[in-house]
Amino acid sequence: MAGSTLASPIASATPEGIVRGEGISRGNETWRRFSRHRLAVASTAILGLMLLAVALAPLLWRVPINDIDFAAQLAGPSWAHPFGTDDLGQDLLARMLYGGRISLSVGLAAMMVAIVAGTFVGAIAGISIGAVDAGLMWLTDLFLSLPPLPLLLLIIYLFRQPLTRLVGPELGTFILIVAVIGGFRWMPAARLVRAQFLSLREKEFVEAARALGMSSLRLVVRHILPNSLGPVIVAATIDVAAANIAESTLSFLGLGFPPDIPTWGRILFDAKDYLDIAPHWALFPGAAIFLTVLAINFIGDGLRDALDPRTSA
Amino acid sequence: MSRYLLRRLLIAVPSLLGISIVLFAVLALAPGDPFGELTTNPNVPPEIGAALRAKFGLDDPVLLRYLRWLLAMLHGDWGFSFVSRMNVDQLILQRLPTTLLVVGSSQLLGLVIALPVGVLSALRPYSIFDQIANTLAFIGFSLPTFFTGILFILVFSIYLDWLPFVYRADIAASGWHWLWEEFKQAIMPVAVLGLFQGASWTRYVRAAVLEVIRLDYVTTARAKGLPERIVVVKHVLRNALIPVVTLVALQMPAVFGGAIVTEQIFRVPGIGSLLISAILANDTPVIMAVTFVFSCLVILFNLIADILYGWLDPRIAYR
Repeated sequence: MAGSTLASPIASATPEGIVRGEGISRGNETWRRFSRHRLAVASTAILGLMLLAVALAPLLWRVPINDIDFAAQLAGPSWAHPFGTDDLGQDLLARMLYGGRISLSVGLAAMMVAIVAGTFVGAIAGISIGAVDAGLMWLTDLFLSLPPLPLLLLIIYLFRQPLTRLVGPELGTFILIVAVIGGFRWMPAARLVRAQFLSLREKEFVEAARALGMSSLRLVVRHILPNSLGPVIVAATIDVAAANIAESTLSFLGLGFPPDIPTWGRILFDAKDYLDIAPHWALFPGAAIFLTVLAINFIGDGLRDALDPRTSA
Repeated sequence: MSRYLLRRLLIAVPSLLGISIVLFAVLALAPGDPFGELTTNPNVPPEIGAALRAKFGLDDPVLLRYLRWLLAMLHGDWGFSFVSRMNVDQLILQRLPTTLLVVGSSQLLGLVIALPVGVLSALRPYSIFDQIANTLAFIGFSLPTFFTGILFILVFSIYLDWLPFVYRADIAASGWHWLWEEFKQAIMPVAVLGLFQGASWTRYVRAAVLEVIRLDYVTTARAKGLPERIVVVKHVLRNALIPVVTLVALQMPAVFGGAIVTEQIFRVPGIGSLLISAILANDTPVIMAVTFVFSCLVILFNLIADILYGWLDPRIAYR
């Protein structure tokens, strides 16, 4: 499996897990392994900066996102507009900071949906034996063989208008996209959790807890689940990147958020017809998506080195 | 081998049924119906709307509607596209070869990149080459296909003006010239998809080879005095490819997602861009059919992966 192999040479250049003396707590140990992955640490800093910028944007950059100015149409980067302007002369930096909030929160929310659903399915499959387990795993395999993008498009096409009527365009699209992206990303987490459960439930400490008369539910919540979360955290990190790409893809195809909500994918979609005269318009949001995804992937790689029990001989 | 094949084929049937149930459930759960427009259109009397609903059986129980829909799909009766004014199955058959060509050649490109680079990285782990390849691979699969496409257009079509950025189905040329034009316009879509695939496969290949290369039988092969090339190609690679095939098969759904995006950027007339234009034109029969075809393609490629699996690891086929 790919998960069991160190993907980055930097992290694994030194042998793992030799120093594990007394006094080093688990958290410290994890951090020590993570910090050896220099790219992962740098990525954490970059992602943190981006989150901070997006969160504090309205305080720092007070240009409105929909201030139309035909005098500055399709202008390149300048002091007044550091990222340039679009075809209506709207400031791209302000739009990207605003859109970044939505792009990043869609990624995080969809990841939460996927992980919660996946952990739930995987835990039930892992603790029950026989038909329930087999049925749930069949469902997981079925979902794994569904092509997500066509189905995402189909569901959004069918459900967007009713939901928009119900809760408004912005929130409606947000709920729909988060639910659907999350709904097609839970399978890896379910498999991971089930695999962890299958091995953990035979361990002595679980047997001991059961012998003490602990109920099944308590056993799962207190003992098995916390011990199975390492790989799930890694999967969750990667899921944020995947959800981010999925949202940008939908917006890029013109089927995500409405035009007045400038997510990064949406800005790219609007920019792609002006590539020859205003390349900056496409390059900045594209670079932002790329940087986010790259940073998240590196963090996931670092976390895998730090958390995956299979690499900690 | 043929029994193994038959068993895999039989396993594919429930998956297809499951997919059809998911698709139909999505359609049935969706609010509104295809004749909703008729009832609001003042030019259509209500009794005609009701007659049409009865004729197409829209008021029947869900199970009956599902069975009827499934039978129609099996008969090849996929409905009529009101936008393109032709039968959906013909429309898809027209578009499918282009998609298969682009996806197929991009997979080949990915393979041609991933196999040598992954093996070379694993043979000298943590060398300069390995580190560069690993970083490039990370960049490669972190670049979303739509952004790579835009970058390619920017560099190769706009600045360098080497390649056309609109895919044309009707090239007015023949012979070698036609072939050359076809090749030129296919480069960018194929490269976008292929580089993305190649980047993630490189990591799989490297990981799998690293796992196999330290096993005892490889040492034995070397000790026998076999040349390194034979050890790597015949002994290491064949076993390393087994987990890689599984991972590649798991990625197939994502590949077709990438194909939709690529076809949309370069306006390749395949079923991916057909899907997008059908969604924008509210052409429900086409949307359903294309989604179904994509699902079938994923299952087909999984089947091919299973066959490869049986060939790489005979123990599986004989079981």
